[in-house]
Amino acid sequence: MVSAASTVLLLGVVVALVVTSPGWPRVRETFLDPHKAVEAFPAVLEGLWLNIRVMLVCGVLIAVVGLTLAVMRTVRGPVAFPLRLFATAYVDLFRGLPLLLVLFVLGFGAPALRLSGLPSSALFWGSCALVLSYSAYVAEVFRAGIESVHPSQRAAARSLGLSYGQTMRHVVLPQAVRRVVPALMNDLVSLQKDSGLIAVLGVIDAIRAAQIETALDFNFTPYVVAGALFVCLTIPMARFTDHVARKQGFHGAGGHL
Amino acid sequence: MSLHAAGREPVLRLEGVRKSFGDTEVLRGLDLTVHEGQVVVLIGASGSGKSTLLRCVNLLEVVDDGRITLEGDDVTDPRVDADAVRARMGVVFQAYNLFPHLSVLDNITLAPVRVHKVPKAEATERAMAMLERVGLPEKASARPDDLSGGQQQRVAIARALVNQPRLMLLDEVTSALDPELVGEVLDLLRELKDEGMTMVLNTHEMGFARQVADTVCFLHGGVVHEQGPPAQVLDDPRQERTRRFLARVHA
Ligand SMILES: Nc1ncnc2c1ncn2[C@@H]1O[C@H](COP(=O)(O)OP(=O)(O)OP(=O)(O)O)[C@@H](O)[C@H]1O
Ligand SMILES: [Mg+2]
Repeated sequence: MVSAASTVLLLGVVVALVVTSPGWPRVRETFLDPHKAVEAFPAVLEGLWLNIRVMLVCGVLIAVVGLTLAVMRTVRGPVAFPLRLFATAYVDLFRGLPLLLVLFVLGFGAPALRLSGLPSSALFWGSCALVLSYSAYVAEVFRAGIESVHPSQRAAARSLGLSYGQTMRHVVLPQAVRRVVPALMNDLVSLQKDSGLIAVLGVIDAIRAAQIETALDFNFTPYVVAGALFVCLTIPMARFTDHVARKQGFHGAGGHL
Repeated sequence: MSLHAAGREPVLRLEGVRKSFGDTEVLRGLDLTVHEGQVVVLIGASGSGKSTLLRCVNLLEVVDDGRITLEGDDVTDPRVDADAVRARMGVVFQAYNLFPHLSVLDNITLAPVRVHKVPKAEATERAMAMLERVGLPEKASARPDDLSGGQQQRVAIARALVNQPRLMLLDEVTSALDPELVGEVLDLLRELKDEGMTMVLNTHEMGFARQVADTVCFLHGGVVHEQGPPAQVLDDPRQERTRRFLARVHA
């Protein structure tokens, strides 16, 4: 009750302040024009569908590449040194490079190479950039999960005769992945937003579609439409993340509504 | 010891086993022989290397020097398939080390299915029989975390036994348990002994050592300092060190 009342009151104050400001009529015209919103909606929605597809395909690839890198980084023994070296270098490189830079280099550079057998579309190379950058982050999340599994679990598995691979597959990874699911969901939400960055390569996603609509008459309402759609997509994922986290016993004030 | 046929190959033999961690030399040329059906209890001060010895036998640690043979096979040979050697032994740890993401039943069937390639249905049948054996058939679908310490340890013993090991290694399997839960685990071990299982175990419980041991070995200075039947080593030790250790334990 109290929280509801205070929320309504605060919202009321903010809205009143904005609406009574001198520039409000002009802002409303260029950012919140209902006609323009209706007009731009189909194009922006179609762009958003592309964002969703990019997010889903990249999400799966990122999980696979990230997990592979994490396993490579945690293999022990001198024989596996090249694996560890490669995975460490990869993670260092792509965590350090700004995503936008990777996008530009791959999006404009790779097609220019005209590699045979590989598509030259901006969508393909943009998605590659997302996979490269994100898998470096996700690899670190997986690695933290793998290292959080107590060594006695490995000892128990090995003492039963399970090989290194079987121990990873049946004992370590199931526990590791369960522990990092909330963190991974968080990265997925963030990927969903960053999928919009491939617009810089000219791919027509929700943001680019909004931009095109805007360019017709300098009315920025389509951006607001795109923003609203992104938020609508993020909220259910964020709540789902909270739900998963809570189910696993990660309590605490954060994340509770 | 006259019970054991003289000509038979011992189940386990350690000869001159050495193991150091950095500068600390834990095992300094240790010899030990375990015959079929024999129960050997290792006692010794904290840090005397009891756990290290078991870990070396299970190839969880690589020995620096010496030889360990399992039924005559040299398992310290670097070319040996360590997984195949481990599959012939059962290990039970102080902290149970059950897999928390698997049900009790899946904990027990994991190795039979993945290592011993037993068909799933047969593995389940064997696991249920083993749970029956340790008195927990109704817990098959429970998660390890929902069991008491004593129950978890009995599941851990079942998990090791289901693979029909030639040798069981038990590292202070009761010391993490509340006193009232120790009995159920000790009863189980006593039954195993009566069935003829060959076992090497570490314990701080001299009473239990007295009941189950055929041979008690006192570890000191990285070697077996004194060994013999429990009545001799525990009640009438010949070595001064052994006497001092026992006096401290009983105090
Ligand atoms: N992985 C390791 N790295 C470094 N030192 C170790 C390692 N494992 C054991 N040690 C050392 O080896 C010595 C023997 O340890 P061990 O665990 O075998 O003793 P223990 O007889 O089992 O003792 P307790 O009765 O306390 O269990 C100790 O000094 C210990 O610190
Ligand atoms: Mg120990």
